[in-house]
Amino acid sequence: MKLNIKYFGLLAEVTQCTEEVIDFSELSVSELLDVLFEKYPNLKDKDFQVAQNQKIVSKDTHISEHEIALLPPFSGG
Amino acid sequence: MSRYSRHIILSDVGQKGQDKLSQAKVLVVGAGGLGCPVLQYLAAAGIGTLGIIDFDVVEISNLQRQILFGTSSIGINKALAAKSRLEDLNPEILIKAYPEKLTPDNVIDLFTDYDIIVDGTDNFETRYLINDAAVLANKPVVYGAIYKFEGQVSVFNYQNGPSYRCLFPNPPKEGSVANCSEVGVLGVLPGIIGSMQANEVLKIILEFDHVLSGKLFCYNTRTSQTTTLEITKSKAEFEKIKAMESNFKERHYDVTCEVSVSEISAADLIEKGTVQYIDVREFHEKPQLNLTNCVQIPLRELEQHVNKINPNIKTIIFCKSGVRSKSAVRFLQQHNLHNCYSLKGGTAALIEHLKINAYER
Repeated sequence: MKLNIKYFGLLAEVTQCTEEVIDFSELSVSELLDVLFEKYPNLKDKDFQVAQNQKIVSKDTHISEHEIALLPPFSGG
Repeated sequence: MSRYSRHIILSDVGQKGQDKLSQAKVLVVGAGGLGCPVLQYLAAAGIGTLGIIDFDVVEISNLQRQILFGTSSIGINKALAAKSRLEDLNPEILIKAYPEKLTPDNVIDLFTDYDIIVDGTDNFETRYLINDAAVLANKPVVYGAIYKFEGQVSVFNYQNGPSYRCLFPNPPKEGSVANCSEVGVLGVLPGIIGSMQANEVLKIILEFDHVLSGKLFCYNTRTSQTTTLEITKSKAEFEKIKAMESNFKERHYDVTCEVSVSEISAADLIEKGTVQYIDVREFHEKPQLNLTNCVQIPLRELEQHVNKINPNIKTIIFCKSGVRSKSAVRFLQQHNLHNCYSLKGGTAALIEHLKINAYER
């Protein structure tokens, strides 16, 4: 399954891209994160939430949709 | 021609809508990058009572984006400088300035006097304080936050909607997310996000549809991409906040750490000769200090330059306000450098107590 993954804020600096397509078999969000942490070890210590199909979901959610976003908290003002 | 004629002739606003605006009371926390455009538009719109709380003073580097201020505002408390400007913009409304810090001690009483709270702050501690107090005081929060070229807007605790903790239950580890003085920000970005926050305030007061409750609006000024993410309310997070009510004033919102950090007050700095100073601010930060026995090592470079610190001399670490210096001391303590102390109050305290010379570069 081809997932379109968007990276927001400082996560885009870690991955050096704002968006990419990843081939992934249908498993959970935390399993997808394991794949991403392998690819981008510096993602591991960052805090962020994950959205599937534009809805924030928990890490044990089953991935069934193509649109994934990784969203860190922003504090600037 | 009345001041608000352009609102009144809008069929969905009318005189009734303008009256709702004049009866509303909105508190804006933070008169900085976000707070300035929010306050400007809410004052222009005729919000009857506008509260502004900020303990910071205007600096020249603020003028790139904090559009209520001018060169003549430099050195003046932001809440007071904002009030002064806004009173000229709209003398018909009531503006209350609080030149102080928002704390667990004063927040609930303050929130009780207002209908809507706007989060225009620049740090997680205050954002979580605002969120929790707003849940306890039952007030909606119009949230905005920025990072470099990206911004977020949402409305929390509105008509049974989610709160900030439903989105991010806990603050990130201290020092893991930088602020504007460390990473920079495109000046127009808080103008866009703050204006959107003002828009949400007006929508709430005018009882319009499509308030951004349960939704996080994300905007990227470089790609022009907008994304709206849905946030699910967490009953468990609300229960946790309600459980804080009885001892709320004793709560600490400083980002927690496992190791307690040694701190020192400027008043206790008497042995100038046997002390080394470490300035962990970024090189561009002002003022530069005329201080002997001082080495500047920005916090993010501390690990590489630990060898510059003499473990046998009392080491005083300082930054702008005393927050980053605590992270630095914590880091050094974990690397067995125990003769280190974080200076409470940062550069302002140092200049005041040592009467040392400070200069602009």
